[in-house]
Amino acid sequence: MLKIKDLFVSVEEKEILKGINLEVNTGEVHAIMGPNGSGKSTLANVIAGRDGYDITKGEIIYEGHNLLEMDPEERAREGVFLAFQYPVEIPGVSNAVFLKTALNEIRKHRGEEELDAVQFLKYMKEKMKLVGIPDSLINRPVNQGFSGGEKKRNEIFQLQVLQPRLAVLDETDSGLDIDALKIVSNGVNSFRDKNNAVIVVTHYQRLLNYIIPDFVHVLVDGRIVKSGGKGLALELEEKGYDWVTNNEAVTA
Amino acid sequence: MEKTKSKDWYLSSFKAIQESLNGSASLTTNGKSATPFHDIRKQAIARFEKIDFPTTKNEDWKYTNIAPILNYNFTPVAGAEVSAADIEKFLIPNLKTSLIVLLNGNFSPKLSKIHLESNGVRIESFRNLLRIEPDFILEHFAKYAQLENGFVAFNTAFADDGAVIYVPDNTIIDNCIHILNVITAEAENILSQPRNLIVAGRNSKIKIIEGYHSISENVSLTNVVNEIIIGESAEVELYRIQNENLNSFHINRTQAEQKKGSVFTHYSVSLGGRIMRNDTNTVLDDENCTANLYGLYLTEDSQHIDNHTLIDHAKPHCQSNELYKGVLNDNSRGVFNGKVFVRKDAQKTNAYQSNKAILLSNEALVDTKPQLEIYADDVKCSHGAAIGQLDEDALFYLRTRGIGKEEARTVLIRAFANDIFETIENEALHDYLNNLVFAKLK
Repeated sequence: MLKIKDLFVSVEEKEILKGINLEVNTGEVHAIMGPNGSGKSTLANVIAGRDGYDITKGEIIYEGHNLLEMDPEERAREGVFLAFQYPVEIPGVSNAVFLKTALNEIRKHRGEEELDAVQFLKYMKEKMKLVGIPDSLINRPVNQGFSGGEKKRNEIFQLQVLQPRLAVLDETDSGLDIDALKIVSNGVNSFRDKNNAVIVVTHYQRLLNYIIPDFVHVLVDGRIVKSGGKGLALELEEKGYDWVTNNEAVTA
Repeated sequence: MEKTKSKDWYLSSFKAIQESLNGSASLTTNGKSATPFHDIRKQAIARFEKIDFPTTKNEDWKYTNIAPILNYNFTPVAGAEVSAADIEKFLIPNLKTSLIVLLNGNFSPKLSKIHLESNGVRIESFRNLLRIEPDFILEHFAKYAQLENGFVAFNTAFADDGAVIYVPDNTIIDNCIHILNVITAEAENILSQPRNLIVAGRNSKIKIIEGYHSISENVSLTNVVNEIIIGESAEVELYRIQNENLNSFHINRTQAEQKKGSVFTHYSVSLGGRIMRNDTNTVLDDENCTANLYGLYLTEDSQHIDNHTLIDHAKPHCQSNELYKGVLNDNSRGVFNGKVFVRKDAQKTNAYQSNKAILLSNEALVDTKPQLEIYADDVKCSHGAAIGQLDEDALFYLRTRGIGKEEARTVLIRAFANDIFETIENEALHDYLNNLVFAKLK
């Protein structure tokens, strides 16, 4: 589904990603862990298509297409979804209207019929229940005045409504208390199936207790220095990131 | 032939028409050389002769060069032929109104549909009332709008018709009153100078819509003066919608005078016009008054919009809220100058002002100037200005959800603009304004 090959990315002349290789297949959940400043969020943003990143080398192939040549909206319509680390507040645009517009753009792209207001409301209600989104948040402007937890929950709600094929979760666990963490994880787990894939970007192992990954990759200073199964996350939690960085130094 | 200098042109047309003006005409034939009303006009034309139209050397007109207006000799046109079907598109859907139609500034009895809801309410033509009840007009006319610039003097000198609204004490008018101004297609270079007078009695409530539209694409000049007297505890809402064609010029002076505990809420929506200048002033002349001034302007091509406001806190315990927003495209230019005076007497004043604009092109420009003059020491005053581009983060966020770039831009611009209308409770009016904005942004 997704192949990242030897990817080098700079921001304002500073090299952030230094040769990333990663392959994600349908049905898989990959966790990317790493200390602050290791390039995790850069990777997530590059996949989603944010401006301001120079791809100096390498490529990303998504479903056989060159992802880096696609506009962010094309990526979204083809099924790429980024749950933002810092969801953006959009005053004056109601959550419901925003989501209906987005869903219908994606449906149009897939050659499906657009949903009318009544159909959309019915569909949305089901998804709201799943992620525990109250009515009050639906009619408010997107993310405006939402608490940190509500914003993150709103991201997962959008994930559920839009049903992408590849979901990238950027630090979705940050700022969540344990109850919110469970709700968000449930939202992600009920999304998972054999036809889609999830990349979980996180600093802490905590989230991975609820969203169990198939693979764990450790990103340090722009490189994946270690990959393994879900056990690697626990090991990291116990030994800290120093353990892999030192380890890398030894093997280098 | 070379064009006559604008000032001379208008001075000579004043001479030509002064004898025929209504109100004065009937009285001049009695051998009296002037009526009190005509005296005011004569003072105004003398004032106009002295000060002429403003230039950019005048501090208040520094950013607005009206020279293009002086390239034309504008002429009033009476007796325009317009059908109800011609103006249908300017009406507000699903809104019950009393309709006053002014064609090129002249009251049209044929097209107006006035409902007088209760005793004593007057919704009339200025010209008519001047004929049958000159004392009412004289009590207020030119008492509030000072002749500090050439345009106000110009309007006052030629004051002939417009709308007069009077609401007696303790009277609430449920229907909105729509003063629909239409520039007809009869001629080129039409001059329209409506003179409106609104008097709201104690404890009264009215909502007034002032719409400005043109039927053709011809060049025209509208130069309007509103005087509004708001009685004790009365509430006046005034919606001004400038939607004339892009070749037109529009100059407006709105002067409100607020009595104790009154509320003046004003929405100014500027969409159409090559040069638009609004001076919106209110005097909070007694305690516990509230003034809410909201403005929205959307400009394209080389449109120029200048909003000047003056909130005069003359007495204590009053509050004012001011929010102006603009969206500017192409080479268009916006000016915002918000004066707030807090007089020595006006302790416990609360004054809030904000001006925000989005520039959609590199060529668009906004000059913004908050001007607070505070002479009292126990007050709360704040002001802010934010001029910038569309929020790139918000744009990216919408795009990552599948919404195309252009659509995302439109969504954000609409949201920014429509925010101004959030406080409008009347649904039909709210929808109408939203749709106007939508149509302009397309």
